[in-house]
Amino acid sequence: MFKSFPKGGIHPPENKMTAGNPIEVLPVPSAVTIPLAQHIGAPAVAIVAKGDEVKTGQLIATAKGFVSANIHSPVSGKVVKIDTTIDTTGYKQPAVFIEVSGDEWVDTIDRSQVIEKEIKLDREAIINKCMECGIVGLGGATFPTHVKMGIPAGKKCDLLIINGVECEPYLTSDHRLMLENGEEILTGVSIIMKALGVEKAIVGIEANKPDAIKSLSDLTSGFKGISIQPLKVKYPQGGEKQLIKACCNREVPSGKLPLDVNVVVQNVGTAYAVYEAVQKNKPLFERVVTVTGKHLPKPGNMKVRIGTPVSALIEAAGGMPDDTGKIVNGGPMMGKALADLDVPVTKGTSGIILFPSEESKRSEVTPCIRCGKCVTACAMGLEPWYLSAASEREMFDKTEAAKITDCMECGSCSFVCPANRPLLDYIRLGKSTVMRMIRERNTK
Amino acid sequence: MSNILNVSPSPHQHSDDSTRKLMLGVIIALAPSLAASIYFFGTGAIIITLTSVISCVAFEYLIQKFLMKQKPSISDGSAIVTGLLLAFNVPSGLPVYILILGALFAIGIAKMSFGGLGNNPFNPAIVGRIFLLISFPVQMTTWPKPTGFHPVTADAVTGATPLGIINEGLRNGETISQLMDKVPSNLHMFFGYMGGSMGEISALAIIIGGIYLLWKRIISWHIPVSILVSMFIFTGILWLIRPEQFTDPVFQLLTGGVLLGAVFMATDYVTSPMSHKGMIIYGIGIGVMTVLIRNWGAFPEGVSFAILTMNAFTPLINMFIKPSRFGKEVKNG
Repeated sequence: MFKSFPKGGIHPPENKMTAGNPIEVLPVPSAVTIPLAQHIGAPAVAIVAKGDEVKTGQLIATAKGFVSANIHSPVSGKVVKIDTTIDTTGYKQPAVFIEVSGDEWVDTIDRSQVIEKEIKLDREAIINKCMECGIVGLGGATFPTHVKMGIPAGKKCDLLIINGVECEPYLTSDHRLMLENGEEILTGVSIIMKALGVEKAIVGIEANKPDAIKSLSDLTSGFKGISIQPLKVKYPQGGEKQLIKACCNREVPSGKLPLDVNVVVQNVGTAYAVYEAVQKNKPLFERVVTVTGKHLPKPGNMKVRIGTPVSALIEAAGGMPDDTGKIVNGGPMMGKALADLDVPVTKGTSGIILFPSEESKRSEVTPCIRCGKCVTACAMGLEPWYLSAASEREMFDKTEAAKITDCMECGSCSFVCPANRPLLDYIRLGKSTVMRMIRERNTK
Repeated sequence: MSNILNVSPSPHQHSDDSTRKLMLGVIIALAPSLAASIYFFGTGAIIITLTSVISCVAFEYLIQKFLMKQKPSISDGSAIVTGLLLAFNVPSGLPVYILILGALFAIGIAKMSFGGLGNNPFNPAIVGRIFLLISFPVQMTTWPKPTGFHPVTADAVTGATPLGIINEGLRNGETISQLMDKVPSNLHMFFGYMGGSMGEISALAIIIGGIYLLWKRIISWHIPVSILVSMFIFTGILWLIRPEQFTDPVFQLLTGGVLLGAVFMATDYVTSPMSHKGMIIYGIGIGVMTVLIRNWGAFPEGVSFAILTMNAFTPLINMFIKPSRFGKEVKNG
């Protein structure tokens, strides 16, 4: 029996068409745009100026403050301007624009294909290396990894959980990475274990990836303390709290963090990036992106330099089909719709999905029939109908009492609603308002 | 790239469920019961069903269009479901004009006056049935015998329901063992060979419909199971204590509208609680109240009164019985 989380969950169609497509390397584009806010926390500060020549892997912006991340040039060429750009979130961000010439890497990066399994660095050095190389969580939240590795005083950690769930439909980038770079990932896991000082790590993988479960399980004999945990296919299995509950039966209390139950969670892609940083001295400037869609001629998994415009990925996948009605950055449940295809791939881009027009519009909203399907679907045990209705009526104190801040915005409630009600839209409004209210109360 | 892209917040896909599909599922699940009632009651069942469905849909359309001045939403199918359920809750020989009055009351008063689908506190079909039961008690308790399309002799046209026979007999001082000879066997009742409302007689047909509803996840098990189990336990205890005064639990579950109520009426989305815990409390309330009304109330049958009463408690249950939140109680050592 596969493990899972106890409450709620849904079964959207998987549509993982690209699960069998090996990762292809996308050619370096002719120009890149590097937003300086690709992570949670303060945007990085550019240290290059217009006209500077940069090499692939060279530091171009430094972290501002502790919760922030360095940014490196993904290409070699010339800085043409430092300006603002619209990024995948739709907001304007400061960015470095680079015109590409050749692909000359900084010589500190070990570009050999040899898998380096022996971990030479100590705990401090590992954390420093991750900070230097600008490693952030690649599961989508892009939280700086070095911050997560440093356990604050008074907290302890005895378990590392690696998220290889990839519960979002369509996406297969983590799946392919686990199949093709299993040893590097497990070495990365060992490195994170060393940094955290834990003896045990569990890699949680949904049962719809039996090949990845098998190949990683076969590899674990070479690594101490790492086990593979197959998980039931159920969205949102990859939600941090759900994953922890499923893997080790610890329940993160409302409003608390995984560390409060002595756990740290990292994504498999992050483990791979940590391996590259620590063992190969390679900063984070490329990542695997699933480019997919039902009508896309050549969907696939591509290794892409950060800063590459989304349009180049779609071009490589055979071009945008005529009936495309929506393009989503990320998964279909939590991703963001793009308004502009010139936006660059960032550290957090796990997939680009093209939806045909008939799937891109919402159906007509009808009255709530109080069927309770949203309550059954909510993995946090909340009452989406109530939170949504109260937010719609601006009764924010009521939504706060009903723990609207526990909502992780997984979208299960909107997905199941037979009346097509925009439950999550209103819950987001309520949640952000309540969080503002809480901040204002705390600063008084 | 000339496409105009849609930009909307996540999630970007939907289960494809709709109110209409759910109602269609309920209609499909009611089909075996409709077939059974036509088999047992013949032409009368067809006339009653058509009259009820057509008048419910027509009243909803007319009220929305001319009184509420809204876009009519009869295509969601909820009025058809109300029509079917109302038909299933009346005797097959009910005069048509009475039934039309019942439909007007169910749709007009119980549903549309509260604002239409989603806003009605009480199950419209049950309100319609109880309105008719109180206003036309004789016609509503004249039960044609289940003879199908076969011609019958004049004296055997109508008969009482098994619950009616027991209720009447106990009042006349007879004992259960004497009375059990006058009612059909449990097996006969399971298939539907008994007097009663059109759609409630065949347990088999209702169970088939119920399994379909569960399989399609249109309803969850919580409400029907808690009603049936609580009734079984309560009537079982009474029967064990005084077998000469109370009928056995199987008889209780097979007679009257228990199954129809548990599977189709109490599970009405709008008027039942939204959390699983709430559903169980609601179901137990219906089960217990049904037994109380049947044994100590004025009517031989109590399911519809019990459901209506618990409908009234639904907002309270929703307010006080919350689903168990993730991370609320911390049990980590």
